[in-house]
Amino acid sequence: MTAATGTVAETPAGKRPSLRHRLADRGVDRVLLLLVPGVVFLGLLFVYPFLYGLQLSLLPASGGLFDNYQTFFSDSYLRDTIWTTLSLGVPAALFNVLASVPIAYRMRGRFRFKRTITTLLVVPIALGTVLTADGLIELVGPAGWLNKLLVDFKVINEPLVLIHNYWGVLFSLIITGFPFAFLLVLSYLSGIDPNLERAAAVMGAGWWERFRRITFPLLVPGLAITFCLSFVLAFSVFPSANLVGDPAGETRVISIAAYHAAFEQFDYSMGSAISMIMGAIMLGIIALVLGWRSTMFRGATGGKG
Amino acid sequence: MTAANIPAPSIVRPRRRIPQFSSVGGVIVWGLVGLFFLFLFALIATVVLDSFATTWFGSWLPDDYTNHWYGDAWAEFNLSEVLLVTAQVAIAVVAIATLIGVPAAYALARRNFPGKRVITVLFLLPILIPPITYGIPLATVLYKLQLAGSIQGVILANLVPTVPFVVLVMIPFIEQIDPKIEAAARMCGASTTTIFMRVLGPLLIPGILAAGVLVLVRTVGMFELTFLTSGPSSSTIVVVLYGAVFGAGIRAPQEVDAMAVLYTASMLVMLIIALRFVNPTQLVTRVGTD
Repeated sequence: MTAATGTVAETPAGKRPSLRHRLADRGVDRVLLLLVPGVVFLGLLFVYPFLYGLQLSLLPASGGLFDNYQTFFSDSYLRDTIWTTLSLGVPAALFNVLASVPIAYRMRGRFRFKRTITTLLVVPIALGTVLTADGLIELVGPAGWLNKLLVDFKVINEPLVLIHNYWGVLFSLIITGFPFAFLLVLSYLSGIDPNLERAAAVMGAGWWERFRRITFPLLVPGLAITFCLSFVLAFSVFPSANLVGDPAGETRVISIAAYHAAFEQFDYSMGSAISMIMGAIMLGIIALVLGWRSTMFRGATGGKG
Repeated sequence: MTAANIPAPSIVRPRRRIPQFSSVGGVIVWGLVGLFFLFLFALIATVVLDSFATTWFGSWLPDDYTNHWYGDAWAEFNLSEVLLVTAQVAIAVVAIATLIGVPAAYALARRNFPGKRVITVLFLLPILIPPITYGIPLATVLYKLQLAGSIQGVILANLVPTVPFVVLVMIPFIEQIDPKIEAAARMCGASTTTIFMRVLGPLLIPGILAAGVLVLVRTVGMFELTFLTSGPSSSTIVVVLYGAVFGAGIRAPQEVDAMAVLYTASMLVMLIIALRFVNPTQLVTRVGTD
């Protein structure tokens, strides 16, 4: 990177470096100016609103500094949204990551149709919440194909209730979250040098031993990142909790509470406070996962761990 | 990806990989993948079928088929205007995010400087934190500035996650370009602008296109931020779709389905275009076995 500076030494002693070289030298400084628009933009539209929200949350319409936070944690209707959100987000993220591992492990090499399968997996990204929600209602709803099939084949007598409750939202989170987690895990797996596993195979290790002792430890950093990203996706569930969930009861997640406070009760102060709590919980869980990860193997994985 | 280029030692049998159905594990894994795709296919099929159905309740297939729901939805939700707004927002976001993001990505990819970690975290946070979390304070600020409800407000809000996204996608693309090429151009007297326009620009076109299409998809599909900052005249298609389901009033479900199908079809076209430029697994990390 400092090649340009090094060339200055080549100029004959006593003579000033040529304009060309001095410009090249200064170019190093000017390159950093390229960052300015991005940093200013994020400062104005990301950092400032965040600080503004924090300040707003500390200035409730009535009461003291931490009144909003006290209300949130003392009102069980609000406090329980944390538990509701976690009980949706954690299982969904865990499922998406854990189901991805064996499938990605099978698909890590080269084989025919690999490109087709990875392309097909991108389809759920295009679905959008509304089509997913409508599809779920029509597919696993009381009159949907799934219940019809199960009832007609006498597997069950009564249709299963799988929408407008916890399960509907969980399905929706898996449909949209699984492909994302899978593609991430697959890319981390492809980043592990296959020669390591071949070496183990030469030494006589079976596939389980190779997976447990070689591939899995190298994959853990990637899995931690994948879990965090999947969790963030699932944690912020808002539209599907309304569309296929039970937004007043079983799936009243924290984002619904925040939206309700800010834009239905027009209590921006409370809305901001709930947003801050939401952000804090999420960053706390991410810190926990990444902290756990740092106790595992740390070294070159070939990919960007 | 290029693992097969390395000649395997002769002890290990050469791997000509086709899906293995031989082992129990293979059957289970491929069965699960198959089940997921079957579920996905059935899910899409029900919505598409319903959007063409006259009536459909409780039977295996709709009673009869019609295509008038598409016309009805188009007229009722004023889709030509909604799509125009969506296109305006998306194109503005792509253009501005690229203009701000690519130079920043260049500086981050090429230079080590004090405070780089802080800047990197600043660019990572809007991607890590879900939009609904920072969207509420952001919308509050935009309301205070009287920008919320207008197209400008929606564009500004959508830029918050997309500028860092462009930076993140572009950094690996820029790192792949040998800095010696630029050094050579500099030695020959090219200014930074010339290097950008005549050396880096052409080399970065595939990356910029990939980032651009992905930002387009993200913006068209971005529900939370647009929902929080848009007004009646500045709603993009996702927000209108959500409003059609969740908002007040009774509508034929087929109309909503027709609109959802239109939305998904256009998103798919854009994603397939994006996939021509990038391999989905390479989006996240470059493969380290070259």
